[in-house]
Amino acid sequence: MAALDLTPAPLGLLAELTHRCPLGCPYCSNPLALDKRDDELETALWARVFREAASLGILQVHLSGGEPAARRDLPELVKAAREAGLYSNLITSAVGLTAKTLGALAEAGLDHVQISIQDSDEPSADHIAGYKGASARKRALASEVVRLGLPLTVNMVVHRANIGRVEQMVELALSLGASRVEIAHVQYYGWAMKNRAALMPTREQVDEAIRQVEVLRARHHGQIVIDAVVPDYYARFPKPCMGGWGRRSVNVTPAGKVLPCHAAEVIPGLEFWNVREHSLAEIWRASPAFSAFRGIGWMEEPCKSCSRRELDFGGCRCQAFLIAGNARAADPVCHLSPHHTLVEQLTAKREDAAYSYRSS
Amino acid sequence: MDQSAAQISDDARPRLPRGVRLTHNEAQGGWVLLAPERVFKADAVTAEILKRCNGEATLGAIVDDLAKTFAAPRERIHSDVVKLLGSLADKKLLEH
Repeated sequence: MAALDLTPAPLGLLAELTHRCPLGCPYCSNPLALDKRDDELETALWARVFREAASLGILQVHLSGGEPAARRDLPELVKAAREAGLYSNLITSAVGLTAKTLGALAEAGLDHVQISIQDSDEPSADHIAGYKGASARKRALASEVVRLGLPLTVNMVVHRANIGRVEQMVELALSLGASRVEIAHVQYYGWAMKNRAALMPTREQVDEAIRQVEVLRARHHGQIVIDAVVPDYYARFPKPCMGGWGRRSVNVTPAGKVLPCHAAEVIPGLEFWNVREHSLAEIWRASPAFSAFRGIGWMEEPCKSCSRRELDFGGCRCQAFLIAGNARAADPVCHLSPHHTLVEQLTAKREDAAYSYRSS
Repeated sequence: MDQSAAQISDDARPRLPRGVRLTHNEAQGGWVLLAPERVFKADAVTAEILKRCNGEATLGAIVDDLAKTFAAPRERIHSDVVKLLGSLADKKLLEH
């Protein structure tokens, strides 16, 4: 008998091409234990993954890292993504990416570039990145992106040291010719978790930043798209993390492990499959890690009977584990979670300590 | 410079900017508009309009063509197209 496969088709592939990066941002989303260069997937294997992703229904590939330009075969990878029919998005620090390589990427069919900028204030930006001169190089490469006619997004990660400059950040993105800017409040995983007390803003700062974004959206309507990632520690309800576990996105690590989200490895007991041993379609449909929290069958109360269970899917599984110690629990940022007071305690724990920079 | 809906004239030649692509995808169930870190599902009507936004045809010609192809009243199509393209321009998904 024929079986109807009701697993939804994913939309996006986050391809972490390498964990190598010249910068040391203290909120880096890479895991504390970084994949080594020798373990990175080779060019032909990534090309196979891109083809399999497209057959699975994936539309966009986000070429990320680490710093993706640390891979010398980046133009070939962009070409492979294009040939597979994927929309390619380069997520870069811009440090280590030359104008010449950028030209080769545009030629290879790159669709969009996202450059991270750590602050509108240059000395502060370089301090956050842990790299002197980073800010100037980013601004120069951003101009080159625009000169080549590629659409540019500027990604600004917001935390206690720069949260008062949201307006200047948006002005900077506009002056660089970006068509889109992300005001992304730090999400506390990986290195950000390690630096949480040094990065955590106050509620007043967060409220002001959210208000600012609304004002700036109205002011620059039609000129630049402002997307804001909410600071979920101060939210009432959790974020619909990844749009639901195993529902829309696939993350492939530099060494080929396939994760439902970049932080998923923190959850103990999950079994991840590798593209060296399985096709992406097999992994998406049948790997234990993807099946673990897909849908709503795994839920406990208060999620199980909650009217929002298919809106936010109980929030983030990693955060539930990291804060409540149970990956099946409601995301503790939800005010309905019995562990919500733990989040309140964490937001109160702020300390102007020196950053613990991510290692390279 | 603000490009709002009311400003799209009949002489404008709308086009999808670089980084925005209309594509058909079976697994996603139809037409999709691919944009910087966003994907929009496009219904059949939207797809018919966007297919014609090639930077060569004027808005007036696009509306004429749609009215003819779908045997529908021109004014109604004109107002639908202007509304759609204006909202896409606001989201940086269309140039004109």
